[in-house]
Amino acid sequence: MSESPKRLIADVERLAHTQVNDCYQCGKCTAGCPRAGVMDAGPTRLIRLVQTGDVLEAAACESVWQCVSCLTCTTRCPKSVNIAGVVDALRQISVERNITARKYSRTVLFQKEFLRNIRRNGRTNELELVAAWKLVAFFDDWSPFKALADARLGIPMLTRHKLHFKPGSPVKDKAVVRRIFDRCAAKRKSETEQEQD
Amino acid sequence: MAKIGVFTCWCGENIARHVDVERVAKAIESLPGVHCSMNYKYMCSEPGQSLIIDQIKSLGLTGVVVASCSPHMHLKTFRAAAAQAGVNPYMVEMANIREQCSWVHADKEEATAKAIELIRIAVEKLRHNRPLQPISVPITKKALVIGGGVAGIQAALDIAAAGHEVILVEKEPSVGGKMAGLSETFPTLDCSQCILTPRMVEVNQHPKIRLMTYSEVEKVEGYIGNFSVTIRQKARYVDVNKCTGCGTCWNGCPNKRIPNAFDFNLGNRTAIYIPFPQAVPARPVIDSTRCIHFKNGKCGICEKNCAAGAINFNDEDKLVTEEVGAVVVATGYQLYSIGKEQTNPNISGYGEYGYGKYKDVIDSLQFERLISASGPTGGEPKRPSDGRIPQKIVFIQCVGSRDNAKGVSYCSKICCMYTAKHTMLYKHKVHDGEAHVFYMDIRSGGKKYDEFVRRAIEQDGALYHRGRVSKITEEEIDGVRKLIVRGADTLTGKPVTVEADMVVLACAMTPTDGATALAQKLSVGYDEYGFLSESHPKLRPVETNSAGVFLCGACQGPKDIPESVAQASAAAAKVLVMFSQDQLTREPEIAHVDESLCAACCACVQACPYEAIAIEEVLDRRGNLVKYTSRVNPGLCMGCGTCVAVCPSKSIDLEGFTEEEVYAEIESLL
Repeated sequence: MSESPKRLIADVERLAHTQVNDCYQCGKCTAGCPRAGVMDAGPTRLIRLVQTGDVLEAAACESVWQCVSCLTCTTRCPKSVNIAGVVDALRQISVERNITARKYSRTVLFQKEFLRNIRRNGRTNELELVAAWKLVAFFDDWSPFKALADARLGIPMLTRHKLHFKPGSPVKDKAVVRRIFDRCAAKRKSETEQEQD
Repeated sequence: MAKIGVFTCWCGENIARHVDVERVAKAIESLPGVHCSMNYKYMCSEPGQSLIIDQIKSLGLTGVVVASCSPHMHLKTFRAAAAQAGVNPYMVEMANIREQCSWVHADKEEATAKAIELIRIAVEKLRHNRPLQPISVPITKKALVIGGGVAGIQAALDIAAAGHEVILVEKEPSVGGKMAGLSETFPTLDCSQCILTPRMVEVNQHPKIRLMTYSEVEKVEGYIGNFSVTIRQKARYVDVNKCTGCGTCWNGCPNKRIPNAFDFNLGNRTAIYIPFPQAVPARPVIDSTRCIHFKNGKCGICEKNCAAGAINFNDEDKLVTEEVGAVVVATGYQLYSIGKEQTNPNISGYGEYGYGKYKDVIDSLQFERLISASGPTGGEPKRPSDGRIPQKIVFIQCVGSRDNAKGVSYCSKICCMYTAKHTMLYKHKVHDGEAHVFYMDIRSGGKKYDEFVRRAIEQDGALYHRGRVSKITEEEIDGVRKLIVRGADTLTGKPVTVEADMVVLACAMTPTDGATALAQKLSVGYDEYGFLSESHPKLRPVETNSAGVFLCGACQGPKDIPESVAQASAAAAKVLVMFSQDQLTREPEIAHVDESLCAACCACVQACPYEAIAIEEVLDRRGNLVKYTSRVNPGLCMGCGTCVAVCPSKSIDLEGFTEEEVYAEIESLL
């Protein structure tokens, strides 16, 4: 994809269905953001970086992965800018271009595994997801400590019925779910190809 | 025998906190002439005034002392109250125990003692006061409007619409002012000339308005209602009555490469010219400094071509004297000159922006001409250096404005708006162009103003960077001269460098060059920048401290078109209020000559700063000259008292402040 700032901005705006120039940098999104205190760039700054065309810099921020998508920012924005949507778009751009902040590479692996799980089963199969993600993550960093770091959470989660061994009732037509995934991918592909023209 | 009532005010806590008002009232009671002494929380309030009125009526007081604030604040209030109760208003004195006592002293004992002293002085003066009657002066119901921009035009039209004669003086060859040169106006984007030219024409055709273009006010004499103004009509070298405005002369003039000041030197004109096609009156002038005929006596093509025989190379400046009753000043503004050299020693220029050095760094009025359909490029935003259409323009706001280091600390108020307009007009003409704006704050207060700026950003895609530009340099990149603009965006916290094709500087609005000289002729005050001073910033915004002289438009401070027009109509209303009376009433506190004592030494005549005193003959019944004496013109005298101080024979005195009264005050202290 072309690196022109204008196209990058257009890409974010298309993914987020919003106009970033509408933002007048009042800071209300950051003011209400429950995660702003730990972010390297709060929502206001992320939007500003997109406005100035520094989309890749914004996408590489840790904060796009620190966002919990609570949508407080979007809800309270006086100019109705879909800030959470912009953050989502930045996540996607960061994954597509492999520029995710180092600290959050495992998060990306989890997200990818999560989606793959749904694509295969039509819904989540939690045990399969845990196993698959642990494996993928281990082969990524070869760290048994990290792989087992949250293992002791397993028993409390089981006792509280937060983890299910048995998969839920099977999805009747898994092909439909798969088609949704394929269509989304195809749409994204055609959009980015159009961009290049 | 004087029967004086003293009324001490608490002014809420303002006075009462530091002055023991009860004790003051008690102490005053025993003074000679004092009949009653009272105190009240707010004397200026309705019940406070009623208290005074009731006391006057019930006790038959002959004079009143109000001990409260400065007479600037409430003297008129208390005089009116006294008059209502049947006491001569000039038998009211005020003792200022607020500004000159409670506000400036911390010790209550001492402040109380001082308050008593101050009141004692006022009582002593009042005992010697004489009742006075206001004086009336005749009034000439004809107005002079100085400046033919949008404000002056509006004021002239409004006064004329009420049926009074108006003289509109404009120094340029055409009326219209700065507005005539603008492209489109915010926030509606309607064409500036389309809305202004009908008014320009109207001003020229109105039977009650005498339009004097290419003229300047030379001298102003007289006083409110009776000004005598000398106007210099500069030599036009064209007889406006014979001329038909056909254009043969300027089309035939061989001297075509003279920078046109109306286009801020971006376009050219001829030596015989009208500044712009819609000029009113559509009558040319000859620029004698550039005309070939004036250099070597040759050429004369215009004279030969003119079928009407209107060219007159022997024309000379004419001085015209006019009697008017009121003056409206609407001299407008000019842009702060950005270059290093400045005429005002208190202001320094921007060497770092390279204005004057780089051709493509222009100011905002130049940009207006560039995108104006009547401008030198016919509305195409061609850059001055090579005529290319710029693909990237940087607009810099607050150039001069809010820059203490350069000597201008005020905000010019309109730059945020017109810069937003510039970005829009540019983007409407160059769709794929980039418009970058460097700003410090966006000040877009006004109806539909902020929406307008947001439109420039949201719909037209102007790129706004919050930060000032540090420096502009010129470099050649791929064979094209580019301006490298180094600024910052404090919202991202990063430096920003833009390779621009053109830079437009939104410069501070400053008063026109001749404004202060004119203000001196009119005895109107002005601030350190030369903006003329209104009488009161909130309550008397179009009046000046010189009676009968009014202000409107940008000569008073930076202003946009709607505000200038509103102010012009306000000034016209004030003139019409004056003209609604047949005689003007003035305060009687003026100098008075005891003609039996005057020796006609002329000391007062020389000392008077208002030229209000003249030497006149005193004749006996048979018409024989007895002696000479000085006499005061009550219309001109401002009551300053300078004449009293210089009179060696003590024959001149100031009513309301006679020597007897003033010495009584002093003696009461000794």
